[in-house]
Amino acid sequence: MTQYIVRRFLGLFPTLFIIITISFFIIRVAPGGPFAREKELPPQVLENIEKKYNMDEPLLVQYGMYMYDIIRGDLGPSFRYMDRDVNYYIFNSLPASMLLGLVSLSIALVLGITSGVVSALRQNRLADYLSMSVAVIGISVPLFVIGPVLMYFLSIRLQLLPTSGWIGGRNGLKPLIMPAITLAFPYFAYIARLTRASVIEVLRSDYIRTARAKGLRESVIIFKHVLKGALLPVVSYLGPAFAGIVTGSVVVEQIFRVPGLGRFFVQSAFNRDYTLIMGTVIVFSAILIVMNFLVDIVYALLDPRISYK
Amino acid sequence: MKKTVLVLGLIAIVASFGFAGGAQEAGGAGAGDVTEFVIGNGAEPESLDPHLVSGVPEHRIMMGLYEGLVVPDPETATAVPGVAESWEISDDGTMYTFTLREDAQWSDGTPITAQQFVDSWLRILNPETAAPYAWFPSMFIKGAADYNAGEAGPESVAVRALDDRTFQFETVGPLPYTLDALSHYSFQVVPLHAIEEYGSEWTLPENFVGNGPYTLAEWSPQQRIVLEPNPTYWNADKVQLDRVVFLPVEEDTTMYNMYINGEIDWATNVPLGQLEQAQLRDDYHVSPYLGTYYYVFNNGREPLNDPNVRKALSMAIDRQLLVDTVTRAGQIPAYSMVPEMTGYPGIEGLGDDLDTARQLLADAGYPDGEGFPELTVLYNTNEAHKSIAEFIQQQWLDNLNINVTLENQEWGTYLNNRRQHNFDIARAGWIGDYQDPNTFLDMFITGGAMNGGQFANDEYDSLIAQAAQMQAGPERFDVLRQAEQIFIEDEMAVMPIYYYVNLNMIDLQKWSGWYANIMGWHPVGDIVGAN
Repeated sequence: MTQYIVRRFLGLFPTLFIIITISFFIIRVAPGGPFAREKELPPQVLENIEKKYNMDEPLLVQYGMYMYDIIRGDLGPSFRYMDRDVNYYIFNSLPASMLLGLVSLSIALVLGITSGVVSALRQNRLADYLSMSVAVIGISVPLFVIGPVLMYFLSIRLQLLPTSGWIGGRNGLKPLIMPAITLAFPYFAYIARLTRASVIEVLRSDYIRTARAKGLRESVIIFKHVLKGALLPVVSYLGPAFAGIVTGSVVVEQIFRVPGLGRFFVQSAFNRDYTLIMGTVIVFSAILIVMNFLVDIVYALLDPRISYK
Repeated sequence: MKKTVLVLGLIAIVASFGFAGGAQEAGGAGAGDVTEFVIGNGAEPESLDPHLVSGVPEHRIMMGLYEGLVVPDPETATAVPGVAESWEISDDGTMYTFTLREDAQWSDGTPITAQQFVDSWLRILNPETAAPYAWFPSMFIKGAADYNAGEAGPESVAVRALDDRTFQFETVGPLPYTLDALSHYSFQVVPLHAIEEYGSEWTLPENFVGNGPYTLAEWSPQQRIVLEPNPTYWNADKVQLDRVVFLPVEEDTTMYNMYINGEIDWATNVPLGQLEQAQLRDDYHVSPYLGTYYYVFNNGREPLNDPNVRKALSMAIDRQLLVDTVTRAGQIPAYSMVPEMTGYPGIEGLGDDLDTARQLLADAGYPDGEGFPELTVLYNTNEAHKSIAEFIQQQWLDNLNINVTLENQEWGTYLNNRRQHNFDIARAGWIGDYQDPNTFLDMFITGGAMNGGQFANDEYDSLIAQAAQMQAGPERFDVLRQAEQIFIEDEMAVMPIYYYVNLNMIDLQKWSGWYANIMGWHPVGDIVGAN
């Protein structure tokens, strides 16, 4: 087991290295550059800025210098947000994205599994139709619609919550609620459908029939036998879901003014802010890779059919 | 059992990571009975160094933190005394001599001297600083452009300190708009002693030194920037707000909701979707803005190299219908490049005239649009630009029987293509840098960096050059008017569509010192509670 984990862990680094390398070169191919403004800068000024950011060196040399810097943990100065460096922006905005992602995922998991199980047990009855309808809405209505609608009702109409902002101010934890619900919605919907399908499948399997034949109580059958098998697909979905929820929160972060990394992710790409793009890409890829790694391990632990020799 | 523990452990690790970060977010005081003015300010500022910024959200913050030789009057945006208490302009209009206030000082108590102005202006012009707005002072100050371009040393720039309180500079010509332009942040004096000590981190709250009505108390990226009164400001008596808070708000709908909910006192934009609702309120303010929305024709490409084609395309659009049904915020149909401006007579333009448009198209060899190639309209990705392009596409089809395709590109790519003349027709917009027709005209001289449409006309170029050497007055305006006539009425090098408006929401029963003006400049130091 330990050997398996170590081997998988060491495998993460080449993946990350490849991502960094490809991203570094792809970004440079995009038309325009970090200094493209409506008013063009004089050539001399451009030359000076390029020197400042080592952009006057051949691309391969720049790549080498960049790799050397990131190994030392220095993501460099931002091209656009000039008063602080990329490290500062990333480590100040990552916690907000992580917290939002974690709370959203928890909401999505609890509600998704619950309604998925209820649907499966009450298949083709009212509760099933109800929760699956909500799930369809969650999957098909985009976040930029759900967000403002929630804001309109909860803040403007009912005056229950502040429209936007972040925790820690005079509003306490309240600003976390709406973005977390909004972000959780599509994931809740997906998990609910996944759980339902999987529970239905397990309910028809032989070992459940055996359990029933043994005369076990229904609650024991559901919680001890059905759920354990039925949740495997949900677990394998968790890794990509968490990564997606943290990295894909751009829209929600903008609508609710969450000071997270997602806003920088998109803005830096538009600005051709090479160092900030690279910084966010590295952090997001690392999250994605690590989450998949953790899921693989959990999966191996939960499913006796998988061997980790 | 063992497996369950491991799973829980993993969850706990992830959870603690997230929450540990969240705990750092503490801070933010209660409102209590302090007067706090909260602004919904658009994008997160790129910097708080006035020599490194270029955006409108930054400008609003700059006006609170710094003060130049002159400052904009909140009603008219024209220059009134700032750090300079008085000034003299030579008879030929090219030599400016300023007397600085005796009590002008930085927020750390250091006095502000004329030499600091010299050094500050040389700092923004220094090619090493790589200031994105260095082109602006370069347009005015003699020798500045050469220094900024690296073709001459700092000694060639005509700025000097005659003594501690007397600052002097020379301009490249009698540019009558110079004085008003000096309130722009690119002419700002900066605390060189602090910059030397802290390097690029001098703008962080713990190091910050400024000379404006307010000083920097907090800067949490993507969350808030808090300004508090600057006790050493020479005119501290007029500063009445206890706190000014700038919130970065990128979504206009969120900004509107925040305003409606009382979370901000000033919304600096209004979303299209909420316009009808907002227009019914008396705290909604719409006012003309010194800007023109236009389409650039690529004058170097068939069939757009024919002025008749360009005129036909322009005259075939019902601009009134466009502003009434598409943009909907009270924008004004534009038939000239220069918006209405005090003293400038302006040109009439060619108007919307369908019959003439069809005739012109026929004259160019495309009767009823026959044989007209399918051109592409390029715009930067944005819902508003898209709706406008679709409207124009439909009008050209209905009125001239010609098809165009629409192409959107994200900003960087679009800019690149526009600059390299790689388009047929491209959307563009220009906001004037100062209140003079020149800011809308001089960028279209042959080979100009902003002249993506490759307009080239010798007479136009010489008129623009001539105006640059003329004193203020009707004769100068007449020369600029002739240039604009060539540009629009004779050549229709670009197609003006509408003049911009400024949209704001602020309750003027509650706040005073805020006025709508054509530059859209609202110095926060002048805003006070109305009671």
